[in-house]
Amino acid sequence: MAKNSAGETPEQSEFRAHCREWLKKNVPAPPAFKMPATSGGILSLEQLEYARSWQLSAYNAGLIGCDYPSEYGGGGRSNCQAIANQEMRNARTPVLAGMVGLQIVAGSMCIHGSEAVKRRFLGSIFSAQELWCQGFSEPCAGSDLASLQTFAQRKGDRWIINGHKVWTSMAQFADWMLLAARTDKHEKYKGLTVFVVPVKAELDKSVTVRPLVKITGDAEFNEVRLDNLEIEDSYRVGEIGEGWNVISTTLAHERGAGFYIEPLSGGQGLQSKSQKAEKIYPLVELARNSVKNGKPVSEDPVLMDRLMKMLTRSQGIRQMRRMRSVKDLAGNPARFAMQDKVVAADYLQQMSALAMEIQGCGSTLATSDPNAPDGGRWSRSYLDSFGATIAGGTNEIQRNIIGEKILGLAKTK
Amino acid sequence: MVQPRNFGFGEDEKALKEVAHAFFRDKFPTDRLHRLVASNWKQEQESECYWDRSLWQEIVELGWLTIAVPERLGGAGMSTVAVAGLIEEAGRAALPSPLISTLSACYILDACATEGADLALALVVDGKTFSFASGDRYGSWENETCDISVSDGVLNGTAWFVQEARKADYFLVKAKSELGLGLYVMPANTPGVNICADKIIDLTRDQAHIVFDNVRYDDVQVVAAPGEAVAALQSATPAMLTILSADMCGAAEWQLQTTVEYARSRVQFDRPIGFFQAVKHPLVDFMTEIDQSRALTYNAACAIDHEPEMAEQFARMAKAAATDAVGYGSRISVQLHGGIGFTWECFVHLYMKRQLHSQFILGDAAYQRAKLGALVLA
Repeated sequence: MAKNSAGETPEQSEFRAHCREWLKKNVPAPPAFKMPATSGGILSLEQLEYARSWQLSAYNAGLIGCDYPSEYGGGGRSNCQAIANQEMRNARTPVLAGMVGLQIVAGSMCIHGSEAVKRRFLGSIFSAQELWCQGFSEPCAGSDLASLQTFAQRKGDRWIINGHKVWTSMAQFADWMLLAARTDKHEKYKGLTVFVVPVKAELDKSVTVRPLVKITGDAEFNEVRLDNLEIEDSYRVGEIGEGWNVISTTLAHERGAGFYIEPLSGGQGLQSKSQKAEKIYPLVELARNSVKNGKPVSEDPVLMDRLMKMLTRSQGIRQMRRMRSVKDLAGNPARFAMQDKVVAADYLQQMSALAMEIQGCGSTLATSDPNAPDGGRWSRSYLDSFGATIAGGTNEIQRNIIGEKILGLAKTK
Repeated sequence: MVQPRNFGFGEDEKALKEVAHAFFRDKFPTDRLHRLVASNWKQEQESECYWDRSLWQEIVELGWLTIAVPERLGGAGMSTVAVAGLIEEAGRAALPSPLISTLSACYILDACATEGADLALALVVDGKTFSFASGDRYGSWENETCDISVSDGVLNGTAWFVQEARKADYFLVKAKSELGLGLYVMPANTPGVNICADKIIDLTRDQAHIVFDNVRYDDVQVVAAPGEAVAALQSATPAMLTILSADMCGAAEWQLQTTVEYARSRVQFDRPIGFFQAVKHPLVDFMTEIDQSRALTYNAACAIDHEPEMAEQFARMAKAAATDAVGYGSRISVQLHGGIGFTWECFVHLYMKRQLHSQFILGDAAYQRAKLGALVLA
């Protein structure tokens, strides 16, 4: 197909113009209450409704689910979601309420789901009319996910499910869960099957949701117990015993390396234009404004060396993402896509740790302390960064996967 | 100015990189490199200068020497991104050659924008090779330091850490006078120019200190008048850093792939050693470091072409990242080869030694970060 000077097809340029035009008029003002930086941080109903109504309006304008087939409620375009994402980022849109559905569920449902499942669920994922959570991890099945024990017992045309899921973000708001369950106790990887199960409709009946408090003291995820939950076989995603395949597709999407690109959740409130320099060079202002042992941190050669290392890292990740889309330079694009989560999570952790060192003793103060430098955000960010290095597969497991899939090293499992 | 999203890596750049890749793969495989530079393991090799002149002649005939010479002077005048692509491939082959030293001199000469500089660039078009002679006794990379002085049309003093000195036909000499620093083009065979080869660890390069003993020059050899050199050097520094980083990235990818291959084939405890996470994870970490360094290198090259106001910052980042990446990667490439990696016959030491040299040339990672810090905080 003919491409213009920016390397875009006519469809893409037209779509970009549409996004830009629509976003100019339709990005809502930030609400009076505080919104979280990511949808995972949504804690109250008013936050949820704000994020939900934004998603619906963006979906109606064609900015969400752009590349999914139109018969399932998608935009029916090709390679347009990345464009919508760029434009949404530039327009500093609010967070999207249904990120779990968009990021984790939709891609694998579209690839593995039955016609009926796709027609029933995909549209409402895109519009946020129904919200989702993911039921994969269990107390005894983390990195070794395939050892999960939640069991689905076949009973005629139905399944009876019992089990215990943990780290379940958004379960307190979710209508549905994408559930990985064991259907054969004698086969590890081939004994797994994926289902769609109701959460809200069964709440306090066969489904119990209890908040799990994370390291920062926030109740941002949950544990979910399933007791004799009964569903129809038509709610199955993929074949019986093919669950590991579905799970792998799901995790690839969760880690940003799946077939479908996820919509970008927000940017509103994270930065203003005047903070753009700070965004390119994080922590520089902090170093200028911090005094440690009687001297400005910007005069401390050891800390400054580490700060420049961090700026180089931040720019390195940015440029790696840029190179990923330049096929002639990237070689194998999967190599770039798969490492993104590992390097970005490590960077966030190291950057937060350095920020704490720059602040010195001030880093002992919690967010609730009025004297905490920067509102205590860096100490909190350090604690929270372990979410990034652990969730969605620990960085150690990611390194196994990259070593095996990209470098061709012998499999650990 | 804004950089193009694709780093300016278009059809010409792609074609050049592909041709270079195939050329080095076919004509200069690693076993040939090993035979060329490492046949003799005795001490004397440390002061030898091994390079394949007939291969070099082919490279000159391909026009790669003139790639950074402007078209108006008969060069190919290609983008810095194109040059980075070529040098990445040469680095993958650990090519012993005066390619980087000559290209670096071209960037400096082009920045001088004088008649003498144009004449010197014309020499490159004729296939002549160059090296920049500027270092002081302590290996300073500051533009202002210099151990050579000029007075009454005569150069005296010593330039240290001069790269590929015995492969160069000409030296671009930095010298100080009362009026400031100037740049002088000097044929390597000029009477009074004494090339004293250093004994170096890297077998793929040569290096020397050059003693200038009452060396006379004509006006036409002055390519930057006293006081004019620093500006030219500042302007050329990003490109010099960037192409060296590109060489390091190419060599690093060789180190990665070679070590991965070994981890896939070497069996211990009944398994290929790549099964073990103590082997697997460092290889993945090296890979991510290479990819960031490469991305930073092309970003710096693209900045030189399209966003010059950011070029030095980005080039400092590229060299700092590449230096750290290859420091780590060289270590694991030898370590993960185990006992064989500790031997002369295994190829990995050739690359480790080349990278070791590159880590320090133009300044190590901490130096780049100090320069970066000064720019960012300015």
